[in-house]
Order: sequence, then C-alpha cells, then structure tokens
Amino acid sequence: MEELKQLSIFSENKPGRLKKITKVLAEEGVNILAINIASSNGFGVLKFIVDKCDLAYQKLKQKGFTVSLNEVLAIELVDKPGGLCEVATILSKKRINIENAYVLILESRKKAFLIVDTNDIEKAKKLLKHENLRFFTAKKNIKRKAK
Amino acid sequence: MFWQKDIEALSRKALEELQLKRLKQTAHRACKNIPFYKERFSKLNIKPNDITSLKDIQRLPFTTREDLRENYPYGMLAVSKEQVVRLHTSSGTTGKPKAIFFSKKDVDRAAELIARCLIMTGIKKDDVLQNMMTYGLFTGALVMHYGAEKVGVLVIPAGPGNTKRQIALMQDFKTTTLHLTPSYALYLASVMGNEGLVPRRDLSLRRAYLGSEPYSEETRDKIEKFFGIDVYNSYGLSEMNGPGVAFECVNKNGMHLWEDNFIMEIIDPDTGKKLPEGEKGELVLTTLCREAMPILRYRTRDIVMIIPGKCKCGRTHRRISRIIGRSDDMIIIRGVNIFPQQIERVLMGIKAVAQNYQIVLEAYDQMTVRVEISKDLFDGRVEHLVNLQNEITEKLRSELLVKPKVELLEPGTLPVSEGKSTRVIDKRTL
Repeated sequence: MEELKQLSIFSENKPGRLKKITKVLAEEGVNILAINIASSNGFGVLKFIVDKCDLAYQKLKQKGFTVSLNEVLAIELVDKPGGLCEVATILSKKRINIENAYVLILESRKKAFLIVDTNDIEKAKKLLKHENLRFFTAKKNIKRKAK
Repeated sequence: MFWQKDIEALSRKALEELQLKRLKQTAHRACKNIPFYKERFSKLNIKPNDITSLKDIQRLPFTTREDLRENYPYGMLAVSKEQVVRLHTSSGTTGKPKAIFFSKKDVDRAAELIARCLIMTGIKKDDVLQNMMTYGLFTGALVMHYGAEKVGVLVIPAGPGNTKRQIALMQDFKTTTLHLTPSYALYLASVMGNEGLVPRRDLSLRRAYLGSEPYSEETRDKIEKFFGIDVYNSYGLSEMNGPGVAFECVNKNGMHLWEDNFIMEIIDPDTGKKLPEGEKGELVLTTLCREAMPILRYRTRDIVMIIPGKCKCGRTHRRISRIIGRSDDMIIIRGVNIFPQQIERVLMGIKAVAQNYQIVLEAYDQMTVRVEISKDLFDGRVEHLVNLQNEITEKLRSELLVKPKVELLEPGTLPVSEGKSTRVIDKRTL
C-alpha cells in the first residue's frame, strides 16, 4: 500500500479564499486531483489531493497559510452499482471510522477512488492489508495521466 | 417635586459660597490626611490656604485613574479604617483596580443624591423599581438601591441578565421603573418584541433610568416608544460614588449635576486648560462632601458640555449634556460589565489560540470574539476545530456570564494590535 498524502488548509468562510490558495498551487505547477471542503460555523478546512504534495505544502506554508499534511487511504471503487457499498462493508467490518471521505476520479474516468480520512491511519492500513481491495498508487496513476 | 428644595434650588451665589467653603475644607483634609496630595501640593508649591476663590481650583493638582491605581488599596483613604463601611472597586484592565471607600456618612450622602434624582423624575413611594445593574463591587446597582430605599420605593434587586426572569418579575410585581444600561434596554426590547409582548398593554412600566454607557437621543426615542415610558439619563462613575452625580429632571434636557457635592470643570483634555461654558471638553470633578476618600480634580475622561441657561424645573445646579465620548475600557453587554482583559486571560490560557484576537460588539448586544488559531497546532481536523470553538465559547461564558459568538480565524488576519482600543470594535449604534 503506497502512501498518499492529503493537504488540509484552514480558511475562514469568505469569498476569495479558495482562489488565493489555488493560485499558489497553479503558480507552482501543482495539479489538483481531488478537492473537498468541510465547513462548519464560519470556517472551513479545504482538503486537496495533489500530484506534488510536498512542494505544495512547502509553498503554502511559506505564503503564510495554515496548512497540514496527513496520510489518507485511497481505495479503488468498482464502477458498478454497489461499488461503494462493498468498500463500506469492509471498513465497517474492520471498525474503521471515517472522519471524512470524498472521491477522486482520474482524468481517464476509468477509475474512481474513495479517499478515506481516518484518525488512525496505521491501524487502518494494517487492518485492510489482506482485504480484497485495490489502492491508489500515485506513481502509476499520475504518470499515466501526465502523458 | 423636590427632595431637598432648599439645596436643589439654592441661589447661585449661595451655592458658590457653599462650594468655596467645602472646597477649602476638602483641600485641607486631603492635604493633611493623604500623603499623595501632601506631596502633590508641595511639588506645586501651594497650600490649601492659598484657595481664596473658586477660580483657585485651577491651581490644584489633577487626580487621574492611574493615581488611584498606584495608591491601591488604602493609599487614598483620608480616615481610619474604623470609619469605612463599604468598598467598591472599579476594576482596571491594566493590573490593579481602583478602590473606592465609603464611610457611613458617604453611603448616606450618595443615597441622598440618588433620592434627589429619583424624586426629580416624579417617582413616588408606591413605585416599584427593578434594578438591573450589576450588584457587587460595581457601584451601579448598590448606590441606586440605597437611594431608592431612602425614597421609600420598593426595590427589586434583579441584577442584570436572565431576560426571561426579568420580564416575569415585571409582570408579577408590576414594575413601574427600570434602572439599566441603554444596550440592555435595546436587548430587552428585542426579546419582548420576539415574544409578542407589548409593554404598554402587558406591563406597568412608566419610566427608566439609563446610564453607564453613552447612547444617542435616537436610542432614547426608540426605547421610549417601544416601552411607552419616559427615559431619563443618569451620569455617574465609581470614583465619584457611582450613579447620582448628575441626572435628568422631567424636562429631559441635560443632567443636573449636584454642585453642592461636586465642583465641575470642563477642560481641554490635551492642555488641561479650562474651557468656556458651552464648549465640549473633558469633565473634571472634585468631591466636596466625601469623608472617606476626597478626590481633587478627577479626570473623568468623559467628554461633555455644560448646557447654558436655567432649567424650567427651578433647580439651580447646572446641567451637563449626555456623554459625547468616553474613553473607558469597560464594555457592558446585556447589563454585564466586561473588561477586555478578562477575555484575553481566557484566550491566552488556551493552547491552540494564537496571540491575536478581537472583540466585536454589534446591534442588540451581540458580542463576537474573533480568535486567530495557532498555526503549529492545526492538524486539518474539522472536529478538533469545532471542539476548540466550543471550548473557547464555554470558557468565555463561564468567565463573563455572557455567551459570545466565537469565530476562528487564520493567523495574520487581524490587524496587529498596538493598544487595547483596537481590540474592541463597537459597532452598536446606541
């Protein structure tokens, strides 16, 4: 299982914030693969899966954003009815709690991945090791897309 | 109606003679019994005996709030501790509070002044006064309480807050008179409005005394119309007994300042020079009857003007305008006194909070505390941020007794604060 990292950026809920953040990414040539915004009570946390996450993290930090980096799971979803249910069943069986989840679809549109943010990633990885699940591998997928 | 007609309507000449006599006594006592004044007099090379006319007051030293703080706790006391019966403090945001002492006579005199004020507005023994100011170290509620009791009014010591209970008290005891802050009056009106309560129909209110914070004529108008009452302005400050320094009569055109108890001067706050009557400037007050703690030329920091001319009511004590500006640290929300320092103390005790914060006050007494979060402790979890927000709200609520709205901000969002003034943004249009 390859490590996949997610960027989290704290932001107040106000116009122009997403633009400011994505402008930094654009200037650094960072490609966004998936985005999710969780908002609550006047503030939001933006989640990004990008191709060059360490670079993105450094640059955002330099520009003064409140940003953190953490590992998430990216589980391949089979493109048919019940695809998500299968994955959810396994996660449930292993009692893995989902803090946040969203979907990453590659440009090819052939594959979709469920991004799962959980509070104990190491434990989750261990528990899922022998399950019949396929995970996102950044190298293979991003390279292919870059062509 | 008068409480002490002989004094309230004393001729100007006799009033000024009385002032001069009392000023001399006050200066003598202050100089003899308070080392602080003794030192100030000798620095200026003057003696109490140099006072021969009221004009000579301009030669006396000023007293500032910093002076009171530096002489905390007992430094400004002019009598032995045996003679003091009550302490009030006016807490400061910069460390030490100011201690204000009352002898038995002082308590009684302060009550007398309040009695004059209340009678001046037409109150009677069968009135019911709901006192919605803070009881405790703050002078606002207790001094009013004693004065109202002296008149013989039934006093409900409700204190501030708990708006539903306030309304229930008004209904059950047929309250006729309220004593509260203008912002709390507006808040009360909004709550009553939401509940479909019509004061004219459902309550017995006739008048309200509003004080402790500056507000406008438009606000008075709004409050009078909503409640169907007469609103009277009240002016006071803890250092000068609290409420009862100046108060409006039925003509509601400026507050009569009790000149037999205080000498007022209006000065230019920058130069300290006396301004001609009718110009606005800083109000400076000298106590004339205070036993435990005489204060000479106290810089109130309140900007007012003297209203020229005589009042139809027959009182000879001159009137001051409503406060045009007040450079005070204290915020009053829903009748509760809050110091920015309290908020700072709570915030700085929470790890995930960065250095900068801002307090925003908006219409109808809403307080929003805007807090920058710490960059280093951010872990991307919304849940943790929500917990932090709740923690801050709860801690502030238990410290202030008022629940603020808490906003989490990115570090660097707020302007860097150079003084406490920028910490508090008051958007309330009172």
